[in-house]
Amino acid sequence: MIGFLLRRLLAAVPTVLLVSVAVFLLIRMIPGDPAIVMLGEGANDAALAAFRSELGLDRPLPVQFIVWAEHVLQGDLGRSILLGQPVSTLVLDRLQLSAMIILLAVAVASVLAVAAGLLAAWRQNSLTDVGIVALATAGLSLPSFWIGLLLLFVFGIKLSWLPVVGYVSFAEDPGQAWRFLVLPVLTLVIVEVGVLTRMARASAVEVLRLEYITHARAKGLPERTVLFKHALPNAFAPTLTMIGIVIGALLGGIAVVETVFTLPGLGRLLVEAIYGRDYPVIQGCLLVIALAYVLVNLVVDLLYPFFDPRIGLE
Amino acid sequence: MRIRAPLSLSLRSLIGGFLGTVVLVAAILSTVWTPANPNRLNVTQRLSPPGGEYLLGTDEFGRDILSRIMTGAWTSLSLAFLIVCVAIVAGSTIGLMSGFFRGWIDRVVMMLNDALLAFPGILLALGLVSVIGPQRYGIVVALGIAFTPTTIRVVRGTVLSLRQREYVEASRALGNGPFYTLFRHVLPNALAPIAVLATSMFGWAILLESALSFLGLGVPPPAATWGNMLSAARPYLASAPWLSIIPGACIAMSLLAVNLLGDALRDRLDPRMQGA
Amino acid sequence: MTLHPRSEPTLSIRDLDIGLTSGMPLVRKVSFDIAPGQVMALVGESGSGKTLIGRAILRLLPEGIRQTAGQIRYQGKDLSAVGTQEMRRLRGARIGMVFQEPLVSLNPALRIGEQMAEGLRLHRKLSTAEIRERSIAMLRRIHIADPEGCLSSYPHQFSGGMRQRIMLASVMLLRPDLLIADEPTTALDTLSQREVLETMIELTREVGTSILLVTHNLGLVARYADETVVLRRGEVVERGRSAAILARPEQAYTRELVEALPQAPAVARASPEGEAILEARDLRLSFAGGGRFGLRRVRKPVLHGVSLAIRKGETVAVVGASGSGKTTLGRAMLRLIDTDSGSLLYHGNDIARAPDRQLRDFRRSCQSVFQDPFSSLDPRMRVKALVGEALRHDAGLSAREKTLRVRTTLADVGLPGYEDRLPHELSGGQRQRVAIARAIVNQPELIVADEPISALDMTVQKQVLELFDKLQGERGFACVFISHDLAAVRQIAHRIVVMDHGEIVEEGACRDVFENPRHEYTKRLIAASPAIEAATMATRELPNREIRI
Repeated sequence: MIGFLLRRLLAAVPTVLLVSVAVFLLIRMIPGDPAIVMLGEGANDAALAAFRSELGLDRPLPVQFIVWAEHVLQGDLGRSILLGQPVSTLVLDRLQLSAMIILLAVAVASVLAVAAGLLAAWRQNSLTDVGIVALATAGLSLPSFWIGLLLLFVFGIKLSWLPVVGYVSFAEDPGQAWRFLVLPVLTLVIVEVGVLTRMARASAVEVLRLEYITHARAKGLPERTVLFKHALPNAFAPTLTMIGIVIGALLGGIAVVETVFTLPGLGRLLVEAIYGRDYPVIQGCLLVIALAYVLVNLVVDLLYPFFDPRIGLE
Repeated sequence: MRIRAPLSLSLRSLIGGFLGTVVLVAAILSTVWTPANPNRLNVTQRLSPPGGEYLLGTDEFGRDILSRIMTGAWTSLSLAFLIVCVAIVAGSTIGLMSGFFRGWIDRVVMMLNDALLAFPGILLALGLVSVIGPQRYGIVVALGIAFTPTTIRVVRGTVLSLRQREYVEASRALGNGPFYTLFRHVLPNALAPIAVLATSMFGWAILLESALSFLGLGVPPPAATWGNMLSAARPYLASAPWLSIIPGACIAMSLLAVNLLGDALRDRLDPRMQGA
Repeated sequence: MTLHPRSEPTLSIRDLDIGLTSGMPLVRKVSFDIAPGQVMALVGESGSGKTLIGRAILRLLPEGIRQTAGQIRYQGKDLSAVGTQEMRRLRGARIGMVFQEPLVSLNPALRIGEQMAEGLRLHRKLSTAEIRERSIAMLRRIHIADPEGCLSSYPHQFSGGMRQRIMLASVMLLRPDLLIADEPTTALDTLSQREVLETMIELTREVGTSILLVTHNLGLVARYADETVVLRRGEVVERGRSAAILARPEQAYTRELVEALPQAPAVARASPEGEAILEARDLRLSFAGGGRFGLRRVRKPVLHGVSLAIRKGETVAVVGASGSGKTTLGRAMLRLIDTDSGSLLYHGNDIARAPDRQLRDFRRSCQSVFQDPFSSLDPRMRVKALVGEALRHDAGLSAREKTLRVRTTLADVGLPGYEDRLPHELSGGQRQRVAIARAIVNQPELIVADEPISALDMTVQKQVLELFDKLQGERGFACVFISHDLAAVRQIAHRIVVMDHGEIVEEGACRDVFENPRHEYTKRLIAASPAIEAATMATRELPNREIRI
């Protein structure tokens, strides 16, 4: 088991490396003088010269990458052209909010999806099953920005239960803060529960067909035990992988929901940076989000053996 | 053995087909005719609700929403189609070669692909758009490239399992060369999963293109896309809700059609694919 | 063990009907009794309904299938009148069931100890310590090396045969009165089959459990079952003492089944003289296993220096258990995989390292037939294209001549007029015939057949073997017949080669090897093959013989 853990961690290293190289190269692909690109049009010559020498822009590209990587490892991602603040502070600040929304939404959606999927598979081809699949299919056809707007319209404007704009962080006022999170989380849950339910249902149907389930029933075990102790752990493993993929998709797509609900999250930071050609911020966001995704996949892989012992015990 | 969604095949296809046809017809029709000029400003009649002279109402500039919806349909569908073409052609070619011939080419491809797959798709798209800049065909290239790694992974995976099949080995035992075996035996049997992937991808492309438009990073105005219509509708959420409801409903409708038809396609192809 | 006519049968089935909920009947009017301690075999080929009967007893029929009429009585009690709670109490505790597929018979996500303990916890009032003690004792009983370790391990850490035995052990822990064994050994190789069945008989005899053995293998019936019920398409064809049925089958279908048991040929077949077409010399191959980034490259030797020569017109059978290297040898001889060292002489020329381009002639004249009739044919091609593809490189034939050749070959294999069919429209036996047609259409000198009949029903196996024999007689090709089933190859082989762990351990003329096996492993293989014993029994009159070992 330890061997598996170590091997998996080791395997993540080249991925991290490649991701960094990709982000580095992407920004270098922007036409024009890299110094001006990163410091903005308005930078003065002294600053440009300092930047050039510090990042070794006159050296060959691989060396530039190493210099850049050193800076990153020390936490220096440059400075935002538009906002003036260090990119690392900006990014980490905003990351907290986005991560909270995503994790909350995925947790709720997963629980619902597994329950619904298991139920649908157990009562396969019944009316319950048909209903659940229909709802799931409808759910995954809904664009998050539209649902967000609709929810805002119903709960924010028509019913005035929840605020429409703005945001209060937990640090400032926990009592109020949650009210700003309900709708964004609800939007994401609606959008993601569909795909997770279908996956959970498909793997549950597959598992319920297998012999050890019949064997469990042949032992006289009550149906409840058969479902939750025998079927669920085996059916959950593929859904776990899907959860990882969903988190990844949300890491990118949360920009949309943050825009609808005007939340100061990482996605919106990225989008505004793209608008404003704030390349240091773009670079910082891409790097952090991609690395977060690598981390998520790592966690999923490490959790996998708990549900499917065949993996990981070699 | 495949899991069928429980609704009977015909009902799903019917609903999906109906919705899909509506959208497709509206899109194609818009290239030659719309009820009104979608770009014509008519400030005196701005923000009029649906019904009356303008079937779906007018937007903040008095433009006819129905006409804009129709041209938006054409934009979304044509862009999505091009994006899927790029991704499927590029991804399948690479995936086929890499998966079938293996060796060092495969290792290099896998390494690069894993690096690209380490980015969530949308992020890759955003990154590419930030470099290429928002313009119509730039979007096609950016999203096409963003979807290619997934295609490579799926196609390569399919090819890996197909090349284990005994009939592929039998072809080699008959004395056939590798390219012949690849094109005569592996590719035709890989078409089914590729087709299924393509339909799913069509949906993702519509969604992603709309999301980018919504964020202001898609096709630039005055072009009408459902995404930027929704974006423009935000300030008027309270006063003119139909501006938000209608374009979004169209996106949802298209996605539903794609999903239902995709399901139907998957179920139809699968039993024949297995042949047992 | 003789029957006591007056004691109550453990299981009594009368006029059982099973059908689809949509109406179509699957099993009709099946009746039989099982006495306490008796072993009853339910024999039939695919589609006979035997599995459904076993499941119906415990009300575990799959979705869409149900018992439509008749009675199932367990110790006099009508099971259809029994409620769900009571049924659950019977399951496992009084009636146990073991299944076919070792890969999925045990839950891969739960430890073995937990799965063994479940039944005991449910049906008996025992403490955790007592349950653990009993489990360990039982595992020791079935000769598991490290019982404590086994309890905390997962199923995938054990081989298929061991998993089946563990499953048996966990079912027998509850000491049921009746054990339903649904094809418990079909997915295992010959030696494992024997181990599992011996374990089953041992454990049940201790407790006095009756067994309902559902199987398609008449050999097992001969060796282990007191009574037999023969099923065909859901109906009982014949019923009686196993020995009697085998020696004097009354019904035509039963006769067909018995005759399908492979026989020793009346006349010993001598290998033809002549030069070797294909000769392998000292082939060595190891597969790299495990280790990423070049760490820990463990090379597992698969072929340890194997040499084999095939002469014109000769049939050489290569037998061994799974993992013995026989399949690898077959592929290596056809240059479908490359060996690390050794030479491969085709008419005297070493082609072991020749590039594919130079192998055209070789490939044309050395063909193959594979095991899995489901995946050896491209599902998208019609039969005429599948067979015709073999003629692709034949420049000497015109298109019309090729079509004609395909047609005559199909007729030769017993599939006249099948040109336009697709593979999924054909049965397993028919697909194998197409594969054979594809192999012979080019008039090859040698055919390597890798387990070509293992996946087929017994009667179909016989047909395919006879086809092989006939074609070889007509066309004179040599054959390498790879199989784990000794009995089947006895019929058609000139020479037998026995492999174990990548080496040839015994080699000789067919009759010699069967009658005077020299190597330990060969003797074990022959002893483990129930079909041989069954065939022997079937050819003698056996009025009073005890059939328990």
